[in-house]
Amino acid sequence: MEPLRIHQGIVCPINRANIDTDQIIPKQFLKRIERSGFGQFLFYNWRFDDEGNPNPDFPLNQPQYKGASILVAGENFGCGSSREHAPWAVQDFGFRVIIAPSFADIFKNNTVKNGILAIQATEEQVQTIMKKAETEGYTLTINLEDQIVYDSEGFKFTFDIAPYPKEMLLNGWDEIGVTLKYEEKIAQYEQSKQLVHTK
Amino acid sequence: MERPKNIIQKIWEQHVVHREEGKPDLLYIDLHLVHEVTSPQAFEGLRMNGRKVRRPDLTFATMDHNVPTRQRLVIEDPISKKQIDTLQQNCEEFGIPLAHIHHPDNGIVHVIGPELGLTQPGKTIVCGDSHTSTHGAFGALAFGIGTSEVEHVLATQTLWQAPPKTMNVKVKGKLGKGVTAKDLILAIIGKFGVKFGTGYIIEYTGEAIREMSMDERMTVCNMSIEGGARAGLISPDETTFEYLRGRKHVPQGKAFEEAVTRWKSLATDEGAEYDAVVEIDATEVEPQVTWGTNPGMCIPISANVPNPEDADKANDREEIKRALEYMGLEAGQPISSVKIDHVFIGSCTNSRLSDLRKAAEIIRGKKVHPSVKAIVVPGSFSVKMAAEKEGLDKVFTDAGFEWRNAGCSMCLGMNDDLIPSGERCASTSNRNFEGRQGKGARTHLVSPEMAAAAAIAGHFVDVRTFSAQEVG
Repeated sequence: MEPLRIHQGIVCPINRANIDTDQIIPKQFLKRIERSGFGQFLFYNWRFDDEGNPNPDFPLNQPQYKGASILVAGENFGCGSSREHAPWAVQDFGFRVIIAPSFADIFKNNTVKNGILAIQATEEQVQTIMKKAETEGYTLTINLEDQIVYDSEGFKFTFDIAPYPKEMLLNGWDEIGVTLKYEEKIAQYEQSKQLVHTK
Repeated sequence: MERPKNIIQKIWEQHVVHREEGKPDLLYIDLHLVHEVTSPQAFEGLRMNGRKVRRPDLTFATMDHNVPTRQRLVIEDPISKKQIDTLQQNCEEFGIPLAHIHHPDNGIVHVIGPELGLTQPGKTIVCGDSHTSTHGAFGALAFGIGTSEVEHVLATQTLWQAPPKTMNVKVKGKLGKGVTAKDLILAIIGKFGVKFGTGYIIEYTGEAIREMSMDERMTVCNMSIEGGARAGLISPDETTFEYLRGRKHVPQGKAFEEAVTRWKSLATDEGAEYDAVVEIDATEVEPQVTWGTNPGMCIPISANVPNPEDADKANDREEIKRALEYMGLEAGQPISSVKIDHVFIGSCTNSRLSDLRKAAEIIRGKKVHPSVKAIVVPGSFSVKMAAEKEGLDKVFTDAGFEWRNAGCSMCLGMNDDLIPSGERCASTSNRNFEGRQGKGARTHLVSPEMAAAAAIAGHFVDVRTFSAQEVG
């Protein structure tokens, strides 16, 4: 996983609340057995019409948001299914940061595992960004170490993130590798318990 | 004296392998359920890093999402087939027990876990599926995880998890006649919204919950995630123990009685506190129908579809407007006037034997409305067999329903069971998101009884007065 320390990028707004994982990546694209290649299907039913032509009204199709790497959206982003295909699609499309007033729990967990920073901002901050992002090429900078978001016009805010996901993102660690260092404790735990076998 | 604890805190504390400042807890996982859609990349990750499955004997796999429900063993979609075959290969390679499509234990992962007695009070249970919350009905701490976490559990049998905030959803009083567990959970989500449970684990308490069968408790816990809570559970009691007694993976004889003593001690202590408490009056709950594009957008059968102009906030107005447009509904129209094209009885929310029995009672001797296509998809092979033994299949097919094989089916349409664009379905499943049952498909969530009644009437109808009505 690629470490994320300071990220600068163009902001793409999707001004909707409760964007669920069925919208982020519809089920017909969950059948692949690979981790890569999901970006082409991101927001598929919103991005394309029934004939597969791009919908010109959808922000991801608008030239001014080409190359955007910061997604800003309404509250409860990523609600619904646990499918990690959703953050895989977000990341594969080129997004590294998502800013929203709130995120669904499972989705938020999944972002960290994929090197995506999910920033919880206030409703007001999100609306300010939505407005500013109407200007072509609007760019934000995120400094994860200092937990700040800012632009070149003096707009700036700090955000909260728990120490553990912060450390994972900053270092781009393989979490399993970290956990396996506790192998002995896991084994001790197993010896102390009665576990019900599935076989 | 030790401080009183709720069941969530008790189970959590029993599973902490390692705790240190600035880190989440390293939590042990007792049971890892696996299905074909969210696991292939996890197994691939293990292979790439030369890692093994730490505890195949605490892991159990099934095939459900992609499984065809007409001709079970003929998977026409080559990509679906590849996912099914890949799971079989992975289970063989890593030594994981698998309920293959051919196996009598096969079915929807959240139906077979309890059926086989793998789901037990006090366990930590995970699965790469958000409806893992279902298993909470047994007093287990059960939640959905992503594929990276699936890989992590396969490799280490643990997860790093920050201790959750706990919430008590208190259900006061009893549900009225004809009002079901499904109506209760929809009413809870309707009242408190689709994110009231975000960051929390819920314990459901109260008289209405205590009176429920295990099947009904599973329906309630199943939809915790639709209210934002990753897990929702119910303290175990005699109903729980009676359900489990004699099941395949449950201890037998004296060992069972010992297990029951352990399980009883899990129940929330008198005076235990929660980070949040909300209340709902069961006596006021009516049969529910969703009108919009998330499960919180639901109303009683006696109500009218909302008008965006009545919303206080501009954002809400926009959201209601967009939902009405997608659903093809008029603001203010009675929900009972809405005609349907399809009925789906199935899914991990409502596909158990008692669900099918209740739906069958409604339709016995009646005919599905000529403009409606109706299907029943039992939750597991075992539910299907049991239903056929009672002749329920005959009740459904005589009425004009299709009687299918077990699987997730039309809940999410990963197999070929899809609703065409613009058509409307009364569905016993859990999500009415845009496109959930097919691009452009319009989903209304209801109880099995309400779905059955709608199938006969051709539109939504109050099941409490339905049998007395002239049907045509």
